[in-house]
Amino acid sequence: MKPVYILNDNMITSLGFTTAENILAIKKGTIGIRTVNDPLLYPNPVPVSIVNDDLLNERLGEALADHHKTSPSDAFTRLEKFFIISIHDVLKNSPVEKGDPRTLLVISTTKGNIDLLEDRFKSKFSHKRLYLWELGRVIQQFFGFVNMPVIVSNACISGVLAIIISARFLQSGAFDHAVVAGGDIATEFVISGFQSFQALSPDPCKPFDLNRTGLSLGEGCGSIVLSIHPDTSRTPLVRVSGASVSNDANHISGPSRTGEELSWAINQAMEQARVSPREISYISAHGTATLFNDEMESKALENCELSNVPVNSFKGYWGHTLGAAGIIESVATISTLRSNYLYRSAGFDTLGVPSPLRVITTNRPGEVNACLKTASGFGGCNAAIIYQKD
Amino acid sequence: MGATLPLFIRKINMDRIITAYSHITENKVIVNDRLIFYQENIVNFADFVKIVYKQEMINYPRFYKMDAISKLGFLAVELVLKEKTIAGYRPEAVGVIMSNSSSSLDTDIAHNETIKDRSSYFPSPSVFVYTLPNIIIGEVCIKNKIKGENAFLISEAFNGKLLCDYADELFDNKRVEACLCGWVEVMGNNCNALVALVETADRSADSSGSGFKPMLFNAENMNFIMKRN
Amino acid sequence: MDELILKLKKEVIEQLNLEETTPDDIDPDSPLFGEGLGLDSIDALELIVLLEKNYGIKIEDPKDGKKIFFSIRSMAEYITEHQK
Repeated sequence: MKPVYILNDNMITSLGFTTAENILAIKKGTIGIRTVNDPLLYPNPVPVSIVNDDLLNERLGEALADHHKTSPSDAFTRLEKFFIISIHDVLKNSPVEKGDPRTLLVISTTKGNIDLLEDRFKSKFSHKRLYLWELGRVIQQFFGFVNMPVIVSNACISGVLAIIISARFLQSGAFDHAVVAGGDIATEFVISGFQSFQALSPDPCKPFDLNRTGLSLGEGCGSIVLSIHPDTSRTPLVRVSGASVSNDANHISGPSRTGEELSWAINQAMEQARVSPREISYISAHGTATLFNDEMESKALENCELSNVPVNSFKGYWGHTLGAAGIIESVATISTLRSNYLYRSAGFDTLGVPSPLRVITTNRPGEVNACLKTASGFGGCNAAIIYQKD
Repeated sequence: MGATLPLFIRKINMDRIITAYSHITENKVIVNDRLIFYQENIVNFADFVKIVYKQEMINYPRFYKMDAISKLGFLAVELVLKEKTIAGYRPEAVGVIMSNSSSSLDTDIAHNETIKDRSSYFPSPSVFVYTLPNIIIGEVCIKNKIKGENAFLISEAFNGKLLCDYADELFDNKRVEACLCGWVEVMGNNCNALVALVETADRSADSSGSGFKPMLFNAENMNFIMKRN
Repeated sequence: MDELILKLKKEVIEQLNLEETTPDDIDPDSPLFGEGLGLDSIDALELIVLLEKNYGIKIEDPKDGKKIFFSIRSMAEYITEHQK
């Protein structure tokens, strides 16, 4: 099968607007989750990782200027701004032509422009903008991509699944390049829903920790350029070497009690990548910090003989960013791979899951050649992907 | 629109066939070319799916807990699997790829109603959980013990080509041996669901005795079924 | 108490969409979870919303739910004790 390479990436979170800004903040140990007291977001104060609006508009202005666009910044929804800034950044330094019919655009989001259901936006944007394909069309037309975007909305695995779908379409020979972007914003819609599930932690989330009390929500966006043509000017080359998706067939919101189905996806991905558990040198887990998710993941990793591999969850830094999560966490994973430097799992102190895990507690150098990224979500879905140095 | 649909190039695989399908629209249900339900004066989606559910004598109390789109998708899949069982496959060998236009917007609006009024603020977990389109895949997997590949894709209108191209990739690389592919759309009282069971020719021998002639699985046939009924 | 029990049965049936269940089908002393009504973790969360919405009773610790939602009778008793 054709190798699929990662050419370029970007991520936007409360910690920064580029991959480099975010990685620098992680190195410094900055936590982006803060208690926000904003009645437009939720009636009560709630810990959440929020991107600063002034900075967002400033970065948007730069992107608009670079594209010689005269459209006013308020012509775009908040989420569209995220996507425009992120995709603009990955395209800036990549050889990929947007107008090339061999370039595919794939968008991942769980809720899209869901804030437009709020009364305050009703007069500003048409109802049509609530449709995810319309969000996709706005982005496609802004950049001038030739092909209609493929839009993936598959709960919390959306981001990882979007990368998997892109890689598969590249491998099948249908396209040469893919720009995969995923984003979601923090809204009252989502916060109130997770709150009704009693899933939100009163403090910044603590993945895999004994004292974890639930997840923290965040917002963000990430973009990755995939290609069947390696960019030899940027070494080490990183490629997607295996991927798989599974379903628990157990419960629509609660994860599998055994982790067997996530294990199956991980094993399939490793088999496809032709790597053994011993060759995996780092795992970027889903790690939402809910009681049952983290339990399930620990069991799944043990089933796959991966308990001894250094593992972290990036959600301790910027929370659960839903449709962006799989992309931005992949970007951070790829950064780990490129730099041979492992990042501490923020919020973690004492192991509190039924199966052993080697959670990374301090930033440190460590050689990484092949690594695993996983995701699991509502609807019982699981996804696993292997990134590897060439 | 100035944009073309993605151009996918692959050789047509003669071995992949639609062994059963169902197509549900506002007041009409077609299974394997047979009209199994039609009623002139149905205006209410909730009544419609309940009548069909009862007519088909499906006994699954969870059905009543589902939101509109999950009810519709669940029903469409049940009708297909009544015609052609997937019991012979390993749970991991069966995939589910679904698509629609409005994601979960119908239920999103319902959740939004619960948080509009600060003096009566009662978001409901059983509504919120359905504000993701792939929950329909979860429901179908739970009912039928399916554990394989999943994907929920969004497009403005039914895109048989995208579904087929992705399903073909899964078959080509042996990620699935059978796959449920379809479209499940609900907005208010308007609905449209098309679900096809796709299998390889060698595994489809025990086809239904209903006289349905399996069709080649390709975009033309998927679009044809969608438009014809 | 009997009046409250009947009212609760009706509310639970409606809130949890137990479409084919009637109040007579529910024994007020039988466990709500596990076998029987086939309730799950989302139903448990939904019962917390029901108490708050219909009776103004807020359960701060979901762990208390196990005792409160053991049966229709335990729910009724909790409501009688805690309603202002």
